[in-house]
Amino acid sequence: MRAREESKWWIELACNAVLVLAVAFALYPILWVVTLALSPGEAPQRGVIPVPVAPSLEHFDAVVLARGDDGSLVFIRQMMNSLVIALTTATTAILIATPAAFAMSRFRFVGKGSTTLALLATQMFPGVAAAIPLYLILDAVGLIDTLTGLILVYATSAVPFAIFQLRGAFDGIPVDLEEAAMVDGATRFEAFVRVVLPAARPALAVTALFAFMTAWNEFILAATFLSREEVFTLPVVLQRFVGEHHAHWGRFAAGAIVVSVPVMALFYWLQRHLVSGLTAGGVKG
Amino acid sequence: MIRRARQITLNAALATLALSALFGAPSTVAAQDRETVRLWHAYAGAEEEALKEIAERFEATHPDVDVELLAVAFGAYAAKLEAAIPTGRGPDVFIDAHERLTSYRESGLVRAIPAANNAELFPATHLAALSAEGTLYGLPLSVKCAALYYHPSLLSSPPSSLEALVEMSLPEGTTPLVFEAENAYYVAALLHADGGAMIDEAGDYGFVGDAAERTLTTLTEWTTRGAIPEEASGELVKRLFASGDAAAAISGPWLAPDLSGDDWAVVPLPPFREGGLESEPYATVEAIFFPANARSEARGQELARFIATGAGAMIRARTARQVVSARDAVLDPGLAADDFLATFRDAGERARPMPTHANMRYTFEPATRALRAALRGGFAPRDALASGARFFSDVTRPLPERRDPMFALVLIGLFLFGLVVLLARTARDPVRRAAIRDSLPAYKYMAHAFVAVGGLVILPLAVGAAVSFFSGRGRDLYFVGFANYVEILTARGGDLLGSGSFWLVLLVTALWTLANLTLHLVIGVALALLLNRPSQALKGPYRVLLILPWAVPSYVTALAWKGMFHRQFGAVNEILIALGAEPVSWFAKWSTAFSANVATNVWLGFPFMMVVTLGALSAIPKELYQAAAVDGATPWQQFRHVTAPLLIPSLAPAVAMGAVWTFNMFNVVFLVSGGEPGGGTEILVSEAYRWAFTRSSQYGYAAAYAVLIFFVLLLATRPFAKKLEAM
Repeated sequence: MRAREESKWWIELACNAVLVLAVAFALYPILWVVTLALSPGEAPQRGVIPVPVAPSLEHFDAVVLARGDDGSLVFIRQMMNSLVIALTTATTAILIATPAAFAMSRFRFVGKGSTTLALLATQMFPGVAAAIPLYLILDAVGLIDTLTGLILVYATSAVPFAIFQLRGAFDGIPVDLEEAAMVDGATRFEAFVRVVLPAARPALAVTALFAFMTAWNEFILAATFLSREEVFTLPVVLQRFVGEHHAHWGRFAAGAIVVSVPVMALFYWLQRHLVSGLTAGGVKG
Repeated sequence: MIRRARQITLNAALATLALSALFGAPSTVAAQDRETVRLWHAYAGAEEEALKEIAERFEATHPDVDVELLAVAFGAYAAKLEAAIPTGRGPDVFIDAHERLTSYRESGLVRAIPAANNAELFPATHLAALSAEGTLYGLPLSVKCAALYYHPSLLSSPPSSLEALVEMSLPEGTTPLVFEAENAYYVAALLHADGGAMIDEAGDYGFVGDAAERTLTTLTEWTTRGAIPEEASGELVKRLFASGDAAAAISGPWLAPDLSGDDWAVVPLPPFREGGLESEPYATVEAIFFPANARSEARGQELARFIATGAGAMIRARTARQVVSARDAVLDPGLAADDFLATFRDAGERARPMPTHANMRYTFEPATRALRAALRGGFAPRDALASGARFFSDVTRPLPERRDPMFALVLIGLFLFGLVVLLARTARDPVRRAAIRDSLPAYKYMAHAFVAVGGLVILPLAVGAAVSFFSGRGRDLYFVGFANYVEILTARGGDLLGSGSFWLVLLVTALWTLANLTLHLVIGVALALLLNRPSQALKGPYRVLLILPWAVPSYVTALAWKGMFHRQFGAVNEILIALGAEPVSWFAKWSTAFSANVATNVWLGFPFMMVVTLGALSAIPKELYQAAAVDGATPWQQFRHVTAPLLIPSLAPAVAMGAVWTFNMFNVVFLVSGGEPGGGTEILVSEAYRWAFTRSSQYGYAAAYAVLIFFVLLLATRPFAKKLEAM
């Protein structure tokens, strides 16, 4: 190991140059979005390096402090909607997927192979076709135009991938641990909750993050199902800035940044888990 | 104890107070004795403000009515109405343009209204635009059409014709004219001046033939010599004219709110050619429509009249500067003196009402394709127009014939019967019964997942798949058996590898998936290996920055990339110029348009692969490297014999998932290249979307595409699925 750490300076330089280049590639379009958001008016933007001319927060003001019919801060409310929807979606998806993934990992049962196939298949069918049937189903049970309805749809659509992810993680946790707990008198379920779940924490966090992002960024279903401004989610609000003849790109960009910040914060917070949690499923694949 | 309870109540009250301060005070009037009238619209800015003001006035004069306004994003508007109205969850009244009436009537979404005294209130032409078969369907609000904006400081008087305008000598760097030359809506005005029309009364496509060729030849010539900017979007028109970089612009009343200062004027569109016919832009009458099965019919009518006439019309004219239809507002002396409104009223009278033939809405995509093929792709105008005409006849081809569903029903019946027999047998077989009994504990863990996924994922998808056996436009579906599949797989009778055929699109999709996955893997693994080097400094910051593309919603960054690939104003070409290279017209050629899509998607997807690889690398025991180092292995040998063999199996699931996601990556293709050039970069899922939403609402046809995508993916991931199944 020692020998590797004393690598030559030019190798270090080259490696860092590649990384810096990659970071530039990753940040460049985002910097354009930031520039657009900070440029007052609908200022012309040209050039190689994205820098706002006379930066101002006017677009952020217009977006975040928007008021609804009754004078309330409607954007803040819509942000709360998005947060509630995304967090509940993540929780619900995990609650539904975790026991199922555990069963898929630990039990043999009739129909296991076809269940796996069916779950995989749901990922392959383009969702475009399902919007109208979903509308009719939610309408039939009286959940159209409600946050609950949207949460149910998002959570269930996140479940198949969550099951895959978690099943992989559970497969990677030695069965001996549970068996030891069961020898000590725990039931299978207790062993699952007390032994397996804590060991799978990184995978749970990452799976929840995926479900959160599904709900946080979705706009086609949200725009179709929701018909009251006070239940709108942020992507639906963002879409409103792009009209038929007229687009408020400055506001769109400002809104986009507001939408991205919570996800960035989550990524930052979960980054360690992200690395170990994503591949826990893969290691045995 | 009591104190504590009080404390809690107090806190709760305070919290409620704080919340209601944040979200507005709760309504004070009891809800049950008020009737709610719902109005949906796609307005923004001043027009939305005007509607709010009118709604408030209406509520003040009708204390028992609550007006609920809903501003819907333009892109989601039609789909939302189509979904909501049939279930009775739609609005009581909604605002839309007159040319949508035909499609709303076809799907039974609107109902007729009594003629009443409308003839006295509104101009006959506006009422005619909103009538079909002698019945009136909406109340006209305002008329919109394109006109010519110019800067008096650059042009002392309005030009005598567009040709003359383009010839004018102007200061260096100023373009004489800017308009969306690739948009059929604006080009129609010029086509009319050349004696053509986008569509004739029989619904036949008109952007082909001599007149169209004359128009397109001139446009091509203007673009090639730089007289009008390339790839002009509404945004670019606004930017160039507002900044004075363009002396004149063709646009509608929607441009005015973005113009500051008073160095601008507007006149009705001058003739296209010197001494030629008038340029007749399309006029659109915006109107209030009345959906079928509205809840508050009478109140809805009242509100509609309030908005369309009298005070409502005045507010719209003053606040939103709409050219209102109502006669009484036209006569108002204050409004008559408003030059801007007078000009657009004049322009509206000279304009040609947008045809309401059902085929009108299918002319835009073919016409746009023809325009782009000539203006960007360098095709001869005649060939570009011919390809547009072919595409139009493809979209409007007759639908498959109705089939008797009896045979299918019998088949389904037999299948279900067989299934029941099989289940009954299984239930009687003691071995199977024992196996199922042993499975019960597992089922207990999975029951809720079965219900949830079955009901809200698999059922809607199955219904969607079943639609593929039906045909029709909009909601009027009838059974056609496998006709949709036959049409798709035989490329609708055309060349099997011709433009837009399933097989060609499949090929493009396969290439798209392969290119993306390869680049995702190479970049992701390379960066992960670099970050995983023991001597690497600043691992954390690098990692966080490199993950960022994943954190921003893809519909935002896809649009940012599209802007960066603009021919004249995009950052990518600016960089190329700075490096001394020639700028590239990215969406003119298949190879560059495809590359632009791939670049965007690689950017979106590499962080995922990098993170997965980092995880896999951290799971490789360090001892293996030490052993390899002791054996004197070079870094390459270490990678080849230690890292790679351990990495590949752990990356396999991520690659399989990534392949499925990329295959169906709708956002990037739709938003970046939009299928340009000529639909060549379209992938299967975006093609399905177009058939469902932009080409004549052929849901059955789109559903058949979706089912085919499903089977292709099922086949392609077979080896991976087998492995999973066996686990």
